[in-house]
Amino acid sequence: MCETCGCGDPEIVPVEVQERILSDNDAQAAHNRRHFEGLAVLAINLMGSPGAGKTAVLEATARAAGGRLRLGAVSGDLATDRDADRLNAAGIRSTTITTGSACHLDARLVHHTLHHAPCSDCDVFFIENVGNLVCPAIYDLGQAANVVALSVTEGEDKPLKYPVMFQKADLVLLTKVDLIPHLDFDVHAVEDALSRVMPDAKLLKVSAKTGEGIDAWLEWLEAQRPAQRSGSTSLEHHAHSHEHSHEHH
Amino acid sequence: MHEYSIVGSLIDRVQQEAVLHGSTRVHRLHVKIGELAGVELDLLKTAFDTFRERTICEGAELAIDSVAAVWACPSCDRVIARGAVLRCDTCGRPARMIHGDEIILERIEMEAPDV
Ligand SMILES: Nc1nc2c(ncn2[C@@H]2O[C@H](COP(=O)(O)OP(=O)(O)OP(=O)(O)O)[C@@H](O)[C@H]2O)c(=O)[nH]1
Ligand SMILES: [Mg+2]
Ligand SMILES: [Zn+2]
Ligand SMILES: [Zn+2]
Ligand SMILES: [Zn+2]
Ligand SMILES: [Zn+2]
Repeated sequence: MCETCGCGDPEIVPVEVQERILSDNDAQAAHNRRHFEGLAVLAINLMGSPGAGKTAVLEATARAAGGRLRLGAVSGDLATDRDADRLNAAGIRSTTITTGSACHLDARLVHHTLHHAPCSDCDVFFIENVGNLVCPAIYDLGQAANVVALSVTEGEDKPLKYPVMFQKADLVLLTKVDLIPHLDFDVHAVEDALSRVMPDAKLLKVSAKTGEGIDAWLEWLEAQRPAQRSGSTSLEHHAHSHEHSHEHH
Repeated sequence: MHEYSIVGSLIDRVQQEAVLHGSTRVHRLHVKIGELAGVELDLLKTAFDTFRERTICEGAELAIDSVAAVWACPSCDRVIARGAVLRCDTCGRPARMIHGDEIILERIEMEAPDV
């Protein structure tokens, strides 16, 4: 019997589901995570507002790593290949996921990239998400860690206004800190805001322009790296438990 | 506007359940959405009203149960006051979210098939 609106219709039955609406994405993300873990690749989901300096940080990371780490990336872009072109020029092997009107990457899109542009010889694989402070946080991609780029030009109260993304972050990169002398920006205020939305808040101050803080960021990345590749989920020999909409090459 | 893709997943899921139960008409859906889920309830409703046309959910009502965010200490269970620093005053440990990031399909009210 219809139990909520009281219409008393005896033909209506309640069916309990109690499942995450995005459980398909969760399952795909878990599959991606097995790929990354099997290959001992550290996958980083890099998020932030449009223009926060995500691509610039990765370019600076490649310059500072200087071949010490093998870096790969995929950039989610609404319409262009510009970020992937910049990253390739910087020495990070990159491809683009063109999202069209979609405001975020999802696990299926990332999985497609994994099979078509393998990252098996990378130490760190960056997923530069679509510039957006809300949507990307909702979709697990199979990453090992979430990093949010927040630029000093965006204002100290951004974490309080967009708690969803900051709450999911493992690390916040405060970008463009070379501009602080020209702005009215209070680093303590942003630290305070973060501590109210992000448990165990971690903030690193970086400048892609001057290279400040990039070494600390590289150290953080090194500390996240998995020990050894298990080889159990190499892309070459792996069977999918789910249906695929594309061929494996 | 990921609310549209969430509604797409929701309707797919309802369709699966309807097939499973041999139902051809859904009366009402109950979903639970956390305050920190990143889902705008108004956008979700608009997206549902748009997408339900010509699907199993045509004419169905979307009942949304919104859940406030609650953080607590993982050691001593002390609840953190709203807007306060997410760290336990007593134990010093980072808080853990107890509620608030749910995006859950709880229950579907559907017409039972004719026997
Ligand atoms: N002064 C200064 N400018 C920077 C720095 N990093 C990035 N910028 C500038 O900020 C702008 C955006 O940088 P991007 O690296 O393209 O930012 P993004 O987050 O990748 O942008 P989208 O991918 O389009 O969302 C560019 O004009 C950069 O030159 C920095 O460290 N210092
Ligand atoms: Mg970019
Ligand atoms: Zn009813
Ligand atoms: Zn796969
Ligand atoms: Zn979105
Ligand atoms: Zn405690």
